[in-house]
Amino acid sequence: MNQDQVQQAGGIDLNPDALQFLTFILNGEEYGVDILKVQGIQGWSKVTPIPNTPDFMLGVINLRGAVVPVVDLRKRFQLDEVNYGPTTVVIVVKVSGDEGERVVGMVVDAVSEVYNVDAREIKPSPSFSGSISTEYIRGLSMIENKMVILLEIDSLVNAGVLDLVPSELVV
Amino acid sequence: MFDDEGMDEIRQIFLEESTEGLEVMESGLLELEPGTADMETINNIFRAAHSIKGGGGTFGFIEVSDFTHWVETILDEMRSGERDVTEDGITLLLEAVDCLRGMMDSINAQSDYDTPRISALQARIVAVLNGEVDAGVPEAASSSDSPEPEVVDTEAYEPVAEAPVEAAQTVESVQPKKLEPSQPEAVIEEPAIATEEAPAAEKPEAASVPETKEVPAAEPAGKKEKASSDASGSSIRVNVEKVDSLLNLVGELVITQSMLGRFKKEFNIDDVSDLRDGLAQLESNTRELQESAMQIRMLPIKVAFSRFTRLVRDLSRSMGKKVKLELLGEQTELDKTVLEKIGDPLVHLVRNSLDHGIETVEKRLAAGKPAEGLLRLSAYHEAGNIVIEITDDGAGLNRDKILSKAIEKGLVSEDEQLSDESIYMLVFQAGFSTADKVSDLSGRGVGMDVVRRNIQDLGGRIDVLSEIGVGSKFTIRLPLTLAILDGQLVRVGGDTYIVPLLSIVESVFINPERVNVVANNQMLYRLREEFLPITDLRAICNGTYKNMALDVEELNDKLLVVIETAGKRYGLVVDDLEDQQQVVIKALENNYRHVSGLAGATILGDGSVSLILDIPSLAQRCFNNIDNTEQLESA
Repeated sequence: MNQDQVQQAGGIDLNPDALQFLTFILNGEEYGVDILKVQGIQGWSKVTPIPNTPDFMLGVINLRGAVVPVVDLRKRFQLDEVNYGPTTVVIVVKVSGDEGERVVGMVVDAVSEVYNVDAREIKPSPSFSGSISTEYIRGLSMIENKMVILLEIDSLVNAGVLDLVPSELVV
Repeated sequence: MFDDEGMDEIRQIFLEESTEGLEVMESGLLELEPGTADMETINNIFRAAHSIKGGGGTFGFIEVSDFTHWVETILDEMRSGERDVTEDGITLLLEAVDCLRGMMDSINAQSDYDTPRISALQARIVAVLNGEVDAGVPEAASSSDSPEPEVVDTEAYEPVAEAPVEAAQTVESVQPKKLEPSQPEAVIEEPAIATEEAPAAEKPEAASVPETKEVPAAEPAGKKEKASSDASGSSIRVNVEKVDSLLNLVGELVITQSMLGRFKKEFNIDDVSDLRDGLAQLESNTRELQESAMQIRMLPIKVAFSRFTRLVRDLSRSMGKKVKLELLGEQTELDKTVLEKIGDPLVHLVRNSLDHGIETVEKRLAAGKPAEGLLRLSAYHEAGNIVIEITDDGAGLNRDKILSKAIEKGLVSEDEQLSDESIYMLVFQAGFSTADKVSDLSGRGVGMDVVRRNIQDLGGRIDVLSEIGVGSKFTIRLPLTLAILDGQLVRVGGDTYIVPLLSIVESVFINPERVNVVANNQMLYRLREEFLPITDLRAICNGTYKNMALDVEELNDKLLVVIETAGKRYGLVVDDLEDQQQVVIKALENNYRHVSGLAGATILGDGSVSLILDIPSLAQRCFNNIDNTEQLESA
């Protein structure tokens, strides 16, 4: 369905460049995820650890009958660890890649806001050393005078998290 | 060649119908006895051929309808009694079926037809029609000397060349009928990208390779759609009765729900017994619904068995053996996925029986056996499993020959004491073959280990019984379905894991005095007269697959789950045993990826996720350093 059809169907004025991002805080930085990729936000629940996986793979949870892996973005990007508690938040995203669609939970420090971003206003990301490597960053956007780092969530989750195998397999 | 999306769908329908038609033709041809004219069978074959021709014409596959036309003409002559049903005639028609199958594969892969093969065969069929038959065809049937008959037949081809046009016209009037469902069956779409039925599965590479080449050529946007339409092409036919019973059960569920739903508004303590009744009803509804839904995926094993009629006919002819094939329990049902995966192992076993098992006619007569060998495939249900037996009355497995070969290959040491059974199991080792001569059928020593591995992957196992000079019997035991598994819940630390019940032999309390530590920190447990290698499941769950030296003191009060895989027994130390229950397998690949040692995950009654252990791969990882044969295999 193209944008014209969407407009006709919904009767809503849709700017094809208008995007919405859900932002979260990680290590003091604010990151944005395309809201269409977000399935939900939920609190911390006990995970079932999977043996023989990298340490940032916390395990799997039951998400409405589906077995969904949960990753810790802090551990993934070698940041200081924090303890999980009632305030720990898991953002559940659905990403698409070569293997089809996958649903994954990401543990982040906190969920912040939902922002409207005009695609034309997204600035390409300069090489800089943020917490998340630049290869997974789509661009930067200035919102209310603060910088939000917009993520390329598909490649971050697929190449950057799920497809990583443990470096040393104990045989 | 087919850009249109609508065309894609049509192509799928045509392919599905034709595949079925070809199966009907093949099984019909195999039923035909030379010299007799079984009208009903011939009519069946004729109708199937006619439908394919009609479909080809309607959907624009002119080459298919042209080719089928000639086949149909031969069948028509047989039907009207103008032509005798001969062995050669049947062989020629079977070849035509194969050729058509090849054309279907080309259509499916959207590649070009194998034109030389088609025209050569067509020419031969035309020659037969023109009566120059009997001398030329049997020779040409086996050899591949295409040039000569072709020259002769191009002339013969002319006089009848107009026929296809007529045929295409008659076809149009037949078309509306064809689209009506002919049987009370519903087609249910299935998202799995499984291969088609048996015939297509025989050449999966041929079909898939050109397709993947084709995809990059299309624009990236179309890529995804193409993949999804291919996937939706995989469908299963379900008996309407099954669908009805499913609907009935859903109806009951709705009633139960509304009964329970009223408690939402108002609930007082007097209603407790009603609530309890309702919940009990819900439970039985759910169970029945689950069973009924599983039934939809169940197909009779006939689908896998049917190809053997042809296979055995062709192979026994080429080997100069006489073999009678007996199929029993063809209606035994099993899950579609299991059915698709069991086909190849069965082919290996049947070929093996034909090649190594059943002797030549002379040898059989010399041994005082009937000239015709017997190969029996039978299937039946037993305790939640499906059992498939491949029995032959051939020479049997030669125990001494296998043993000496195994010693020669270093698979076992000379002074090892082995039971007959464990010796027979050696034939499933990689690179093992006792055939004196490598034939094109078997003898290279690949195959049997693939059989074992495939069966293991399906969560089943294989056993061998044999007696020299009398015959051998291979027994395969498989779970009925891959979606549900009987599991034993075991507790390790704070976590619960699931061990498939099929691989558990027994569970015992550990007596620390019976534990011995040998080299490499490997621990052995003396269970009755047997020494079992054991390991702590906790070590596996920590991700340390190395055998840790367990503190023997700590083993008090713990349990040993004795598991068996690939004919060997091992022990897993667990803290406690919990319930046995049926669990629904959820693949980790859905949202993550395959993790070695795990068969998947499931959701327990309390909503938590529990991991299902993959016993064969765990055993290999944990115990391979003390197990020579396993080591050889992984090397």
